[in-house]
Amino acid sequence: MECVFGLVGKGFAIVAADTSAVNSILVHKSNEDKVMVLDSHKLLGASGEPGDRVQFTEYIQKNVHLYQFRNGIPLTTAATANFTRGELATALRKNPYSVNILLAGYDKGVGPSMYYIDYIATMHKIEKGAFGYGSYFCLSMMDRLYHPDMSIEEAIELIDKCIIEIRTRLVVAPPNFVIKIVDEDGAREYAWRESIKSPDVSMA
Amino acid sequence: MYKLIIKINVVGKLGRVWIAYMPTQLVWDKRFFVVFGQNASRCSKQVASPKSHGGEKLIRCLVIGSACSHSHPLPYLEKKKVYFLARSISLLSSLSFPLALSSPTNHLYSLAAMSIFEYNGSALVAMVGKNCFAIASDRRLGVQLQTVATDFQRVFKIHDRLYIGLSGLATDAQTMYQKLVFRHKLYQLREERDMKPQTFASLVSALLYEKRFGPFFCQPVIAGLGDNDEPFICTMDCLGAKELAKDFVVSGTASESLYGACESMYKPDMEPEELFETISQALLSSVDRDCLSGWGGYVLLVYAALLTPTEVQEKILKGRMD
Repeated sequence: MECVFGLVGKGFAIVAADTSAVNSILVHKSNEDKVMVLDSHKLLGASGEPGDRVQFTEYIQKNVHLYQFRNGIPLTTAATANFTRGELATALRKNPYSVNILLAGYDKGVGPSMYYIDYIATMHKIEKGAFGYGSYFCLSMMDRLYHPDMSIEEAIELIDKCIIEIRTRLVVAPPNFVIKIVDEDGAREYAWRESIKSPDVSMA
Repeated sequence: MYKLIIKINVVGKLGRVWIAYMPTQLVWDKRFFVVFGQNASRCSKQVASPKSHGGEKLIRCLVIGSACSHSHPLPYLEKKKVYFLARSISLLSSLSFPLALSSPTNHLYSLAAMSIFEYNGSALVAMVGKNCFAIASDRRLGVQLQTVATDFQRVFKIHDRLYIGLSGLATDAQTMYQKLVFRHKLYQLREERDMKPQTFASLVSALLYEKRFGPFFCQPVIAGLGDNDEPFICTMDCLGAKELAKDFVVSGTASESLYGACESMYKPDMEPEELFETISQALLSSVDRDCLSGWGGYVLLVYAALLTPTEVQEKILKGRMD
């Protein structure tokens, strides 16, 4: 099942997500990127209904860009989280989005932050969080091994331990994961953890 | 166990099994078939296949009476409407939680079917003392049985002498708080003063009743200092029915334990220190008996001191962290 998890370290925040696109028993692809780069210093990891996920995260991304174009300055992470929550809350009693979101960002002066936004628009600022069946394993691993102000190496080690745990203990474990990081220098892809490589599509 | 009387439309018959169709106004899902009668479970597979009902995709099929063997026919069984008793927790939970839940990843229909008020878990209590009041809440934010955070804020400030705690569904608590702050700020602009607690309680009640047929799933607890530093507390249900009390009010998943604890520990006209101690003990002992709330406590004590302006004390309690 879909797993998204993340944590905040010293001067950075990491979001990791599985990369399989699944429809009941069929795996469409194993390299679907579920962590969207919203702007230079924000990451949005989302899990849930595939259509809603892509639609909603693109909507948020375009609105974040629009704010920057209109006002000349980027939104802060807190403002983005509140905007996202507002959109989910407004849609909740009309046509709800089934998307769970982990929003991570870095703001100058404030540092890194991460927000947990449920599909029913429950928002909370957290240091470590996880969604999906993987959360049963990741949250316990992070409760045990996380401490505030971890270095990048320690954090990646913890993320890897969580991934190994998911692969070992979850019956329908996704094979591949993507890890993205956001810090002072921006939001970027950090690594892929692949155990099954997708075959290259030959160009006709 | 819940008993529900539902009016359904019988659409067909397979042998001794009756197939009926739920009216769409009652449930959120549009295709809700009910199969009942003798050997209903065997026939449900046939019902579920698209051929038997014009190719429409079956979303959910509720099977009733599969284990029993009625030999007598159910009454009033003709083409039109049938009245029958349905005992089904899944049906009731779909009725009491009117949000579309078709995604399998949300797994809201977990083994423990919970009401919507117990989805996040909360505990709130407010008590009155001598020219002071205290409002306390737990700090757990959960998703059914999984704990997500242990520092969630449920008590919000409206102005210096008025606080509101919102229990129930966390998303509705956050939405309600934003609406109330908006309304209060408008009031401040127009009236150039803060709202009295009694007025504010009426405002909350009106806002909740506006959504009478699609309510916010939260139960507020309001505590404030009114005229002459008279403490005021009140609570209401999710539809805005006010309950004014002179001693204490409680709300949340741990409310029953809280009623007992407060009733035994409360004394009228307590001084601030004693009130703080009482409310802390009542909160911690009650949430220890409730798995959905706890992970510490947050107590806010407001008292009108004689010479200085109103004093506010906030404390975090460390209770059983589980």
